[in-house]
Amino acid sequence: MYEGAIQDLIDELGRLPGVGPKSAQRIAFHILSADPADVGRLATALRKVKELVRFCTTCYNVAESEQCRICRDPRRTEESICVVEEPKDVVAIERTGEFRGKYHVLGGAINPLEGIGPDNLRIRELLARLGTGAVKELILATDPNTEGEATATYLALMVKPMGIDVSRLASGLPVGGDLEYADEITLGRAFEGRRAV
Amino acid sequence: MQDVGVPPGYRRQLYRDDAVVLRVQKLGESDRIITLLTRHHGRLRAVARGVRRTTSKFGARLEPFGHVDLQLAGSPEGVGSALHSVSQVEAIDLYGGTFLADYPRYTAASAIAETAERLTPIEREPSLRIFQLTLGALRALAAREHDSSLVLDAYLLRGMSYAGWAPALAECAVCGTPGRHGAFSVPAGGSVCPDCRPPGAAHPAPATLGLMSALTSGDWSVADAAEGPVRRECSGLVAAHLQWHLEKALRSLPLVDRRTGP
Ligand SMILES: [Zn+2]
Ligand SMILES: [Zn+2]
Repeated sequence: MYEGAIQDLIDELGRLPGVGPKSAQRIAFHILSADPADVGRLATALRKVKELVRFCTTCYNVAESEQCRICRDPRRTEESICVVEEPKDVVAIERTGEFRGKYHVLGGAINPLEGIGPDNLRIRELLARLGTGAVKELILATDPNTEGEATATYLALMVKPMGIDVSRLASGLPVGGDLEYADEITLGRAFEGRRAV
Repeated sequence: MQDVGVPPGYRRQLYRDDAVVLRVQKLGESDRIITLLTRHHGRLRAVARGVRRTTSKFGARLEPFGHVDLQLAGSPEGVGSALHSVSQVEAIDLYGGTFLADYPRYTAASAIAETAERLTPIEREPSLRIFQLTLGALRALAAREHDSSLVLDAYLLRGMSYAGWAPALAECAVCGTPGRHGAFSVPAGGSVCPDCRPPGAAHPAPATLGLMSALTSGDWSVADAAEGPVRRECSGLVAAHLQWHLEKALRSLPLVDRRTGP
């Protein structure tokens, strides 16, 4: 245990995902010895991200205005929506350059063991978007693990009666993996070879 | 394999066992913590390294609800509280895959897994009967011979009997007078005779108590024939009885999709 401010910083860093106590200590001492200007920029970035970044009111991707850049882009089709778990998955799919439609970010996946059911995700909001009749295709790009597959199954169950084509990313993404770790070529291929469910 | 999490002075051993994967949680960048119900070593948590990378061949075998054969590293006697780690894994039956195409079955499997954790409160305490019961329930769920809601309720009722808090069904929970009594009280411990009936006791349909007995004893011809309202009333009483005896509410039980699967 250290005194005061340095221990506070270690404690705060240690609460971040993937940061253990040793890493928290290493980062804290790095910050302590770093150039004040660098630390100032980090502090500003931290403050700004909470001040400026919000969630797009249409797709729940991160945005700096009412709507995100993708929802505002008139060249992207309204007919196709790709459903992902997190904003980082939007980035992964955008990198493949395969998709010209819009997204819907659920904010996670159904996980009954953690108490996360359909009502805890942005599923009602998705169904409302689909209810307008403009959308013809729904692509389920949740993670290729148990929670992601279960979420895709649930969405297919809810959406298919609405007469919308529903497809799932093709295999090639090994079960148990995270979408964000798939390389562009694999993910692009999975996207191109998506199958109707 | 990186040797981590072993307190100094303890020897790390390799041991084998088969297990059901109950829960999978993310750890750090690409690892997972797997909660396992093993046949011989009880419930334990082990770390699986690198499984979230899409290049890992391990990952698919360590998804929830699978029956797997494992090689674990750590002290089987549980010396120290260090996490064990998974060093090898082979699939025996990956039930998870079969549940994923069927949402009600997936939610029932989740409730079975969470209940299995609660029925084995002490880590590394061997509990062969709960292991067999859990594996059997997942197998039955995958076989699709019975409605998923019935398989779940049968598991919960039998699990409660192993734990020693099965609802009384063939006698009065208070005075022990044999017979099937019409009233049911969760705080009293099950069905109650007219003399012992506490205020607020439920009056389920006689067929509901019949269904509970059939599920407890494994009389599937009676269980499969039960009507929808009877099944729903049975599920309600089983859930209420289970929650009464558990310190903390089950998270997955209210999320079980009770619509009849295909
Ligand atoms: Zn948007
Ligand atoms: Zn009595």
